[in-house]
Amino acid sequence: MTDSSNDPLVIAGVEYTSRLLVGTGKYKDMDETRQAIEASGAEIITIAIRRTNIGQNPGEENILDVLPPEKYTILPNTAGCYTAKDAVRTCMLARELLDGHQLCKLEVLGDEKTLYPDMPATMEAAEILVNDGFQVMVYMNDDPILAKRLAEMGCVAVMPLAAPIGSGLGVRNPHNIRFIVEEATVPILVDAGVGTASDAAVAMELGVDGVLMNTAIAAANRPVLMAAAMNKAVKAGREAWLAGRMPRKAYASASSPESGLID
Amino acid sequence: MLEVIVNGKSRSLQGPVSVRELVQEMALLDKRIAVEVNGEIVPASQHSTYQLSNGDSIEIVGAIGGG
Repeated sequence: MTDSSNDPLVIAGVEYTSRLLVGTGKYKDMDETRQAIEASGAEIITIAIRRTNIGQNPGEENILDVLPPEKYTILPNTAGCYTAKDAVRTCMLARELLDGHQLCKLEVLGDEKTLYPDMPATMEAAEILVNDGFQVMVYMNDDPILAKRLAEMGCVAVMPLAAPIGSGLGVRNPHNIRFIVEEATVPILVDAGVGTASDAAVAMELGVDGVLMNTAIAAANRPVLMAAAMNKAVKAGREAWLAGRMPRKAYASASSPESGLID
Repeated sequence: MLEVIVNGKSRSLQGPVSVRELVQEMALLDKRIAVEVNGEIVPASQHSTYQLSNGDSIEIVGAIGGG
């Protein structure tokens, strides 16, 4: 039986101590990014791939200088891709940029308002990438059948959303997350929509293997403090899951003995 | 003179230019980047030898913070 001291997260054959994965976008500056990642305890961090002359000051440090591949497992994402073709292209570029690193986060979006994943395009891209040797961690909706299909296809992790990206609404459909966990053959990570520490704990208590978040930390009033909270919340939720919660009851059940009461 | 498109913008290059020379011209030589020419990735090992042609569409990307 696993206890919390020997409970690694294993993705694509690599063991991680932290079950919290963090995105590096939306922070005030590189300093805050670095401090928040450190406080979170995350070992896997996501990055985006973009043209070099857009939105970058020549003098500013590059994200990979601040959070180097030697220290962190870098998870390049395909954020901003609305077609399977663009997502595949982005993963290819990321692999080249990271000297052959095969791990990638696949996300193919369907519309700008909800940033919901386009599942047909996601399935198409996943198949191409897996066949090309990528280790695909795939962002998806919470459809349990598609979760199974993506795992069967060879994705190394399946990542159902809690709620829309950046919405902070927490786990909207715990029932589907439970279905996905029950049939899982690869790690299941809740990705997107987490808002605060309790959301992360709730996700872990559903039995998922990890949680990926960005906005929940970056958009908090005090991101570094929220990162520390999330660190604890993911651990607490995991321990509660391993401990096995008490059953819910319709009526009360006294906690103190009922005999020996004074008259 | 070569007319190419780099990251969506037109650029004029003097004479035959390799990918490496373009990267150098853009002050990206020691940066972590990936280069695509006409939709195909040009691996780092080929940057010195791959010669750009008139009308080539080039994408040079790097890593930035993202979720």
